[in-house]
Amino acid sequence: MSDITKQSLSELVENIKGKKLSSSEVTKAFVERSEKSKELNAYITEDYANALNKAKKFDEKPNLDLKLPGIPMAVKDLFCTRDLRTTAGSKILNNFVPTYESTVTQNIWNEGAILMGKLNCDEFAMGSSNETSFFGNVQNPIDKNLVPGGSSGGSSSAVAAQLTPITIGTDTGGSIRQPASFTGTVGLKPTYGSCSRYGIVAFASSLDQAGPMAQNVKDCALLQEVISTYDEKDSTSIDFKRNEYSKELTKDIKGKKIGIPKEYRVDGMPKEIEDLWKKGIEYAKDCGAEIIDISLPHTNYALPTYYIVAPAEASSNLARYDGVKYGFRVEGENLIDMYEKTRSEGFGAEVQRRIMIGTYVLSSGYYDAYYLKAQKVRKLIKNDFDDAYKKVDAILTPSTPSSAFKIGEKTNDPVSMYLNDIFTVPVNLAGLPGISIPAGHDAKGYPLGLQIIGKAFNEQNILNIAHAMEEKINFKNNINDWWIK
Amino acid sequence: MSKNKSEYLINRNDNQYEVVIGLEVHAQVTSESKLFSTSATKFGAEPNTQVSLVDAAFPGMLPVINEYCVKQAIKTGIGLKAKINKRSVFDRKNYFYADLPQGYQISQFKDPIVGEGKVILDMQDGQKEVGIERLHLEQDAGKSIHDLDPKNTFVDLNRSGVALMEIVSKPDLRSPDEVNAYIKKLRSIMRYLGTCDGNMQEGSLRADVNVSVRKKGSKEFGTRCEIKNVNSIKFMQMAIEYEANRQVDLIEDGQTIDQETRLFDTKKNETRSMRSKEDAHDYRYFPDPDLLPLEVSDDFIENLKSEIPELPDEKKKRFIEKFKLSPYEANILVSDIETSNYFENVIKKSDVKLATNWIIGELFAALNEKNLEITESPISAGNLSKLINLIKDGTISGKIAKTVFEQMMEGDKDPKKIVEEKGLKQESDPKALEALIDKVIDDNRDKATEYKSGKVKLFGFFVGQVMKVSGGKANPQLVNEILKKKL
Repeated sequence: MSDITKQSLSELVENIKGKKLSSSEVTKAFVERSEKSKELNAYITEDYANALNKAKKFDEKPNLDLKLPGIPMAVKDLFCTRDLRTTAGSKILNNFVPTYESTVTQNIWNEGAILMGKLNCDEFAMGSSNETSFFGNVQNPIDKNLVPGGSSGGSSSAVAAQLTPITIGTDTGGSIRQPASFTGTVGLKPTYGSCSRYGIVAFASSLDQAGPMAQNVKDCALLQEVISTYDEKDSTSIDFKRNEYSKELTKDIKGKKIGIPKEYRVDGMPKEIEDLWKKGIEYAKDCGAEIIDISLPHTNYALPTYYIVAPAEASSNLARYDGVKYGFRVEGENLIDMYEKTRSEGFGAEVQRRIMIGTYVLSSGYYDAYYLKAQKVRKLIKNDFDDAYKKVDAILTPSTPSSAFKIGEKTNDPVSMYLNDIFTVPVNLAGLPGISIPAGHDAKGYPLGLQIIGKAFNEQNILNIAHAMEEKINFKNNINDWWIK
Repeated sequence: MSKNKSEYLINRNDNQYEVVIGLEVHAQVTSESKLFSTSATKFGAEPNTQVSLVDAAFPGMLPVINEYCVKQAIKTGIGLKAKINKRSVFDRKNYFYADLPQGYQISQFKDPIVGEGKVILDMQDGQKEVGIERLHLEQDAGKSIHDLDPKNTFVDLNRSGVALMEIVSKPDLRSPDEVNAYIKKLRSIMRYLGTCDGNMQEGSLRADVNVSVRKKGSKEFGTRCEIKNVNSIKFMQMAIEYEANRQVDLIEDGQTIDQETRLFDTKKNETRSMRSKEDAHDYRYFPDPDLLPLEVSDDFIENLKSEIPELPDEKKKRFIEKFKLSPYEANILVSDIETSNYFENVIKKSDVKLATNWIIGELFAALNEKNLEITESPISAGNLSKLINLIKDGTISGKIAKTVFEQMMEGDKDPKKIVEEKGLKQESDPKALEALIDKVIDDNRDKATEYKSGKVKLFGFFVGQVMKVSGGKANPQLVNEILKKKL
């Protein structure tokens, strides 16, 4: 079969289960396409030989009862993988090989999937364009010189370019949904506490959440079903009843109340985004949903709040990268000198910027004015959503305020870069699930996404709405394999 | 001179200064595993053999609270008669050091697990109450070893992540003696509870000592200095004495005291400045987002209360009331749970008064000489009880008992057997004694005559002779009676 890599996850699973395809055939196809796609720079670390071996082993004794039988996949390089280098896109972990496996990836391997390699990302997941990676920027398969979004840029690029049938990313302020939107793919940020953070290189602990990225909603649902488990090794993991998201997936969303928050009509938002949103509302109506205008009054404060909370936690989380125990080290005259040299050379500019911001907002004399106030505002933002969910079942917004931008376009303007997260950040602050689905194109033909935000622990509802709308939207990605010579 | 005999004051140029002391005691929680990981906590293990990925702060590793340590902290709080906070929060204390792998210590800053409590001290001139400000749980750091290599520092992470209780006293202590009593009492309470072994040599108990001085009668506190990480009571006392005098000298010299952190140099017996207030770390405390607030229910606390054993204060009261011990005796016997257990085992089957004297007297002296703890006593409580019964029922004299006791110290032998084997049984048969006495009088006719003619001092001579002839076994009381009659 020549078109293996064009198949969705569900098709591949069906074909492997029906013995029409072997794991080896599938793995070989994705490995070959990945090898031909080096220009995208989606991978940081390739593990193709091992993947092919594992596929062979799987085929010798295939367990077809598994949910991801012999399915190859690459994952964001923020997940620790046993015996395979894990860098978090940073020089400081350039040589780091974990002896342990993250819970989320372990769940995936337990269901029969096979690791192909580690995907590029912004350094420590700090970025919205994948340009902060020590391993270079990633090309968006939509168009050369276009960013794939970030921080899960390698992941979005790899899924859109069909180098991997599905993948996982992490989302602290939009790092799954924004790159999904930029590449015409589907990305789900689950409820905080749904997927274990054990073994994921931490950025901002109270916001970080792993989630699936795929070509379509159904694949996303299946992967979410696999990765979402209660884990005693993560004290913030929540023990709630998880659905069989893919089995329970339905397009029947008749009578669902969908809220449209007026505060998301931000100043200077391109008309294309406004139009996309309007179209989205019509699609939702077509599916039988009821549209209700709502207000999330503290939306304006979400971005500044996020850029206090996230750097504060990051400044502390990244203190462990000090050159003492593992990872990159520059020798120094004394301990302090070694710290300074190691961290100055080991961290990139954006990471250093956020460590500085975080250190500042936690400093004595500034703590109350910044960190404490931000925590209070965070509570107000969460209250906004709680109030809204008294009236509606889900909320529909654009995923991003623009389509993908050019590589280098915003690198010297961090604030304009941060503004990219304006629609996604409130969801992380409130710990809610959100999904981005491709919903149209802008004038340049670049994909645009819509975001559906749900109630906590109700991933099923937003997957259903996304699934129903996906059919009406009938999105087609314009990818011409320009990078394959 | 002060009115109160035990008052500790420093005199300079007609001025009297009072010393104000507060302690921050770091007590290692007795627990098989660490506060947030499953690594072992055994003392003296090979370096870096008790370190998990969490303790070494590997990427993506997360802390999970050890419920047992929480219980231990709450029990200690109950022992300190303190308020137990049903909701407490773990914070990160951020600073860089080679033996702090995370780059922060998980501690409790704003909301500790235990609030205000108190400790009662028995001082020579009566009881003194010392207030407890708070008790919180925190991680210990690893150990930096600077003397193994001229250029490099080695790091041992075995201690990294071990659970500590920081017990902060109010500034209620006024003398090195009170500090001694306070530490001992705290240690005693925790050993009763089994929450900290109190072993200062192994670093299970160490303290930061806050010292300030003020003119006697002043209500204002002086500027304090904190002496870091002092690991023996003796050093604490020496450090306080030095530091208080240093501060008094400064004041008398018209200078001011800088609030600072100081180190105690045990070799030179002096404190030295470590860092001033201006150089103090900004620890950037904030709630650890990897951990949810710690919430405990009333039932959880009540269950722990039901596990609390009788504590030293209550035990002392019972010993005085029930066994009619003096406060002094009771204090000694309850100071250590092992001692009080031993005592209670001995008196199960023997006389309380004799038991008290023998334990506080002979046994303590003998153990002290051999440098043994009560738990290592060669004489079991059961056998000491038998020995006391042999004295009580007149089988042996107190003097013989000491001989028997000495032999028991050589190895835990049944005193009855020793008495039998060595033929040490007291001669209490009046007929046998009469015969013995008759012979002694017969052999010393001249002395007997002298006695009768008024030289009564010779009575002692006869007693001695009888005891000598009997090999010390004659019942001295009977010997007295019969001799008086015969002479």
